[in-house]
Amino acid sequence: MRLSSKVTTLLILAAVIAIAPVFFPSSYYFRVGSLIFVNGLAVTGLVILIGYAGQISLGHAGFAGIGAYACALAPVHLGLHPALAALLGALLSAAIAYLVGRPILRLKGYYLAVASLGFGILVSMVLSNEAQLTGGPDGMAVPELGLRAVLKAIGIDLSNTEFWYAFSGLVLVIGAWLALNLYHSPTGRALRALHGSEVAARTVGVDVAHYKLVAFVISAVYASVSGSLLALQNKFITPDVAGFMHSIEMVTMTVLGGAGSVLGAILGAAILTTLPQVLTIFQEYEQLMLGLVMMLVMIFMREGLLPSIARRIRGRAE
Amino acid sequence: MPELLQFLLSGITVGAVYALVALGFTIIYNASDVVNFAQGEFVMLGGMITFFAHAAGLPLPLAALIAIIVTAAIGVALNKLAIEPARGAPVVSLIIITIGASIFIRGATQLVFDKQLHRFPAFSGDQPILIGGATILPQSLWVIAGALAVFICLWLFFTRTLIGRAVLATANNRVAAQLVGINTNYVMTLSFAMSAAIGALAGVLVTPITLTGYDVGLALALKGFAAAMLGGMGNPKGALVGGLLLGVLEAMTAGYVSSQYKDAAAFVVILAVLFAMPQGLFGRKSTDRV
Amino acid sequence: MKFALTTTALALILAAPALADIKIGATISETGPASFLGDPEAKTLKLLVEEINAAGGVNGEKLELVIYDDGGDPNKARTFATRLVEDDEVVAVIGGTTTGTSMAIIPVFEDAEVPFISLAGAIEIIDPVKPYTFKTPHTDRMACAKIFEDMKKNAITKIGMISGSDGFGASMHKQCLSIVGDYGIEVLADETYGPTDADMTPQLTNIKGKEGIQAVLNPGFGQGPAIVTRNYAQLAVGLPLYQSHGVASDGFIELAGAEAAEGVRLPGTALLVAKLLPESDPQRAVVTAYKDAYEKATGKPVSTFGGYAHDALRILVDAITRAGSAEPSDIRDAIEATKGLVGTTGTVTMTAEDHLGLDLSAFRMLQIEKGGWKIVE
Repeated sequence: MRLSSKVTTLLILAAVIAIAPVFFPSSYYFRVGSLIFVNGLAVTGLVILIGYAGQISLGHAGFAGIGAYACALAPVHLGLHPALAALLGALLSAAIAYLVGRPILRLKGYYLAVASLGFGILVSMVLSNEAQLTGGPDGMAVPELGLRAVLKAIGIDLSNTEFWYAFSGLVLVIGAWLALNLYHSPTGRALRALHGSEVAARTVGVDVAHYKLVAFVISAVYASVSGSLLALQNKFITPDVAGFMHSIEMVTMTVLGGAGSVLGAILGAAILTTLPQVLTIFQEYEQLMLGLVMMLVMIFMREGLLPSIARRIRGRAE
Repeated sequence: MPELLQFLLSGITVGAVYALVALGFTIIYNASDVVNFAQGEFVMLGGMITFFAHAAGLPLPLAALIAIIVTAAIGVALNKLAIEPARGAPVVSLIIITIGASIFIRGATQLVFDKQLHRFPAFSGDQPILIGGATILPQSLWVIAGALAVFICLWLFFTRTLIGRAVLATANNRVAAQLVGINTNYVMTLSFAMSAAIGALAGVLVTPITLTGYDVGLALALKGFAAAMLGGMGNPKGALVGGLLLGVLEAMTAGYVSSQYKDAAAFVVILAVLFAMPQGLFGRKSTDRV
Repeated sequence: MKFALTTTALALILAAPALADIKIGATISETGPASFLGDPEAKTLKLLVEEINAAGGVNGEKLELVIYDDGGDPNKARTFATRLVEDDEVVAVIGGTTTGTSMAIIPVFEDAEVPFISLAGAIEIIDPVKPYTFKTPHTDRMACAKIFEDMKKNAITKIGMISGSDGFGASMHKQCLSIVGDYGIEVLADETYGPTDADMTPQLTNIKGKEGIQAVLNPGFGQGPAIVTRNYAQLAVGLPLYQSHGVASDGFIELAGAEAAEGVRLPGTALLVAKLLPESDPQRAVVTAYKDAYEKATGKPVSTFGGYAHDALRILVDAITRAGSAEPSDIRDAIEATKGLVGTTGTVTMTAEDHLGLDLSAFRMLQIEKGGWKIVE
């Protein structure tokens, strides 16, 4: 039995999500859990971009911003149901990713980093400058999804935090399932080939530009849906969701946990989401510790936490 | 016409700040292919240490000297403790390590010093200098002169000195450099020390204009990074031109178009330049290897 | 051995805080872009809770303060708010340094029915009135009104504005524009700058070049207004410059430089001019006591923002004392019945329709002269 197998990953994920609440002493833990799942979803998208295709983006929070503000704006201005608004946000993100990705993905390494960073900053700037529409830096309210009331009507009565824990968890499992399917598909193989070497992939007939774009668009949709979930859960949104720090956070979660593995990246999301909550005991030393953890993991576990640990365990077993 | 001149002077002042930060990026990138996102923290440290040393009673030049030396030492420590152990890691890991370092330095600074904003006096007074109806502060001239001086020194260093060429050789091919007898560890240490010192110098020069505080580094690092990429990473000429261009662009947009979207205009131009010239204005050409 | 263990256990039980402690929470932006506001707020809360406990606590019980740093991120603030309510089970919460963080966490407290006192400026926080939400700072609109009143008195009818694009500047900008017409004042130039910008001369050059402008208003906080003030002097604009309450601290004069800041006007609180207040002023004793305590403990000058936290805690303690109970709903009712409480920002009298309880008289128009403050009314 291998750890990377699709079914094992999904089973582990689903089991943890389902069993964890047994150990929750208060409903605050549901809140942290649902944040982990929301971040986990964005991070799963980045696994496709960073882990599979070997590209980098420091601007994916821009897509999360588009998804989040779609949920805030479309119901008010277009009269859409929030769920449809989230879908609209995802489509819009895909379209923008397609248009922006074409020229951007020709760049490599740090040049790609700065170009994607510029894109993210542009989005967050529009969101905070167009105050008449978006409420500016102070943010705006987001309408209720309404699913909780539907569940209540059919006899499933969940508190707000419980509902969002279950709902985001479900979306995350679906997202992980899709990403794992992609990994084993011809597209996934093509992505991994170009990750290894673009020149080599090209010589064996892989349309490098096309597949990079595919990975970019898919990851943008993941980020957008994650932004929508966050907005609907918080019922309030500010441009911070599209900010540079959020982009960095997303990439850090992915790489910290292990960009090559969906489960690893979600673990990364879990750790970086929980860390600030745990670090509150250090009070003023919080930032210091956060920086230290980021450096130590990347220095000593280059492939990320989960792959490094898995390798060590396997190494001992053999 | 005085408006245009005023916008230009403003743009050159701000551009010189960006150029100084971008020049700091250049050296480390040349030696190790690492873009050091903690570069902005060096600038912050330069300003903060100078302020507190000055406030403790030291004369300004001595305080500045101490700040530059201490920051250079921190740069060397960063290299030894975080960059060297991670040699060969992919770009994205290095980005995270240096961002981690910048968060760490920020956290330490707020503990050692404080979270307030600070300023120390300008070197030669605050009396504005009139040029054709526009004005510029004497401190801006210091910043511009500083950027030019650092640029010239770096240019001479990389082209005229043996050690400077050794730095370039190390970046190009570490193993080959070692084979021809270059002490690559020494080269790395030296470039981090220089880069941090230049960052700190920038902090000393700009604080009377821009003020300083524990969290000013990130914004400076982003702008400096963008300027360096615009000019072409690794080339001092690119850093200088990129920085000045970015500054002037922002000032012109703020003056003639919209002050709300001046940063946006800057990034749009960067994107446009990169699409046309994927290595920036003066960047090295690179070819893919299998 | 057994004896030793028993005594240790006993000692632990005795040393542990008594169960009857009153637990209050706070989520403050101690770091991040709003740390300029949040830092003095957090320091003030810690300082005052210590002081209150040393003096015997509230109703004979000690206060326990649980404080989290949300870094100015509304999403983080929301998580900490949930944590305070669900996990720490506090009876009341102070915080929300910025309008963004405050608005994001209000639903948590309204759902859980825990009283919340915000430290942010925007009027949206208390308008419409929500049962469990209160706030201490004047609204941005009141600051605008105070400034426009002063302009009107000086026959200024045409102004230029230069606002920070951060939450504070943008919110005040919006509020000022919404009431400026009521004072017969026209905004001829409307510029902005980013919170980390290093030079605002292009924007100020444009304002200077506009025919007919009689004064300039700069809503913003942090480094921006200091740089605007310096650039303003550099360009020799020569018109009256109005700053907002966002820079009402001695630190601002230091940053801008006494020379550049000469003549700048702003609406401030009594806190800044403690020494200038007449003996008869009811606020004099309160602001002097807070100012001395804060400056002695931290070695930094007081700011208006620390004062907001001071008032929030005073209101809360006063309410708990009057309620004689630490039940959240009793505290809420008592806060709403706050009457004539003298704080640093003004004298607070709340009602069911007014969860702020301040009027314009709380602001004092100040002018910077020779590196110090002068009351001008």
